[in-house]
Amino acid sequence: MKELRQITVRQMQPGQSGTVVQILEGHGHHRGRGHGYGFVDRLHSLGIRPGRRITKVSGMFMRGPVTLQVGRAQVAIGYGMAGKILVEVEGEKL
Amino acid sequence: MGNPNVGKSVFFSRITGVKVIASNYPGTTVGFTKGSMRLGEEEVEVIDVPGTYTLEPTSKAEEVASQMLQDGDLVIDIVDATNLERNLYLTQELLERQIPVIVALNIWDDTKHKGISIDVAKLEERLGVPVLPTVAVTGQGIKELVDRIPEATSPALPQRTRDERWAAVGEIIEHVQTITHHHHTWLERLQDASIKPMTGLPIAAVVLAASFFVIRFIGEGLIGYVMEPLFENLWAPLMMKLSVALGSSGFWHDMLIGNLFNGEIDFFQSMGVLTTGLFIPLGAVLPYILSFYLILGLLEDVGYLPRLAVLLDNLMHRMGLHGYAIIPTMLGLGCCVPAIMATRILESKRERFIAATLISIAIPCAASQAMIIGLVGAEGMQYVAMVYGTLFVVWLVLGLILNRAVRGFSPELLIEIPPYRRPSWRAVLTKLWMRTYGFLREALPIILLAIFAIGILYNLGVFDAIANFTAPVVSGLFGLPKEGVVAIVVGFLRKDVAIGLLSPLSLSAAQLVVGSVVLTMFLPCIAAFVVLARELGIKGLLMAIGIMLAATIVVGGLLNLVL
Repeated sequence: MKELRQITVRQMQPGQSGTVVQILEGHGHHRGRGHGYGFVDRLHSLGIRPGRRITKVSGMFMRGPVTLQVGRAQVAIGYGMAGKILVEVEGEKL
Repeated sequence: MGNPNVGKSVFFSRITGVKVIASNYPGTTVGFTKGSMRLGEEEVEVIDVPGTYTLEPTSKAEEVASQMLQDGDLVIDIVDATNLERNLYLTQELLERQIPVIVALNIWDDTKHKGISIDVAKLEERLGVPVLPTVAVTGQGIKELVDRIPEATSPALPQRTRDERWAAVGEIIEHVQTITHHHHTWLERLQDASIKPMTGLPIAAVVLAASFFVIRFIGEGLIGYVMEPLFENLWAPLMMKLSVALGSSGFWHDMLIGNLFNGEIDFFQSMGVLTTGLFIPLGAVLPYILSFYLILGLLEDVGYLPRLAVLLDNLMHRMGLHGYAIIPTMLGLGCCVPAIMATRILESKRERFIAATLISIAIPCAASQAMIIGLVGAEGMQYVAMVYGTLFVVWLVLGLILNRAVRGFSPELLIEIPPYRRPSWRAVLTKLWMRTYGFLREALPIILLAIFAIGILYNLGVFDAIANFTAPVVSGLFGLPKEGVVAIVVGFLRKDVAIGLLSPLSLSAAQLVVGSVVLTMFLPCIAAFVVLARELGIKGLLMAIGIMLAATIVVGGLLNLVL
């Protein structure tokens, strides 16, 4: 049986698609220095915003950047940001 | 105006005839270029603005864009037709301003095979301003757009929130665009392969190694088969006649022809304005400028560089930068002036400082590299590898240190990856010509002047005085003959000439390695100095120079001990 569940972009598998639910604001602990001010605005301006369907293309190992397919464009985002984007994906019920 | 990487610069050069550098990655244009075009009877000014996703700027280049808007009378909004939704957000923001707008649906030719169809008439109706499909690269649709510029209007929509704008975009998209499924092309498959770690890293290694070999192959080919024969067989006999006519000695002979070795001209060592002065820029450096910028231009226009940024992001973060800093760094292998300007694509002041400092210290420009390969390579390629290896380690270690020492934060990577595009030969060759011409225009006069000044100062005995004064450092620390200081001083003018000055000193291979590294790292050349001051401010410049001097002394001294 399938159900919808929420995970972060970090947790998505390459090739998996999902719908953005929320982007968490605030400063992260990854690399200890935050993401730069207004990263939510920057994600929005690149089209990554709640309601948008995105597909994970790949993730670099060792907490490297994650590449996403957003509409017709590909966007690479840092690992920290990837942990702040919540997406809803279809998955097997546990 | 428009989003990054939608072809604004190509469009600009089409309507104004002004040639500008355009590439396939976001952030090629960081300053603004002005040109003019005829509009009816009038001559109007046109400005090429850096790309921006929104009018609320998030980087220095985007700031330039928002500021430009205040001075404009009319906006040509360039929109990527293959990525309409994202692009229309900026259009919505523009429509809220009190400024007439006309929209160019650029990259129109790509929509068909991507399975996108856009109803232009409907889009025009929805936006309330003229909309025209264009293909800036081929020039299609440009004339029609220019004809309709007088119809540009401002609907002056009320100020809205971000969500309201996106809602408006969504509504428009639903009505004007239909997308049919299309099969993945091999280019798209290659696109994905080059960004996945397992396949991407080997691809990067192959691309970089291939680039290096092709650059060297073309460079050496041009030198060996074109430039050297030209200089040896045509120019040398002519210069020998002039030498005899000048009486084989005297002030003008020394200035124009320089010293003869066994009665012959040695283009590397004679040091006359008409011999070495012409040979360094044209015979030794120009071939490498041509081959380097040809390959760089191809990599840029295909759209490969942003992928390299993603792959190297991890490494660059340890140096206080993020992956995108690889673009200015690659440009630095050509010339550090455009490279330091390109650091504007980085978001924070800290990153810009680190990137600019690293580039000016550890990245040798194409002119220096050509001379290093010419001079040091004559002793064996292993010594050239030593120079590059040392500079790479310096780049890495200095980056690690600066990351710990410089305050402030470095944001994470957030970039759009452009699709691979087949580069147009016309565009690649235009860019190559602009960069080569730029080198000749900027460098040739300085090189001739430098050689002339060196001749005069030698005659006056000034260099002997300096050499005795600095002997402890130059000889004691770096293990170079004390006359080596002349090269270091000249390095402030031109690094290629400076490295050339090592040639008459009859150095050992190890000394050549030390000399090349010291000359590369020590003070930036005058052009780099000016651009560093402009981009970092005087305080930043002084800090960068302090780091430079300290690093040079440490590395030069160590290298002398080891070799």
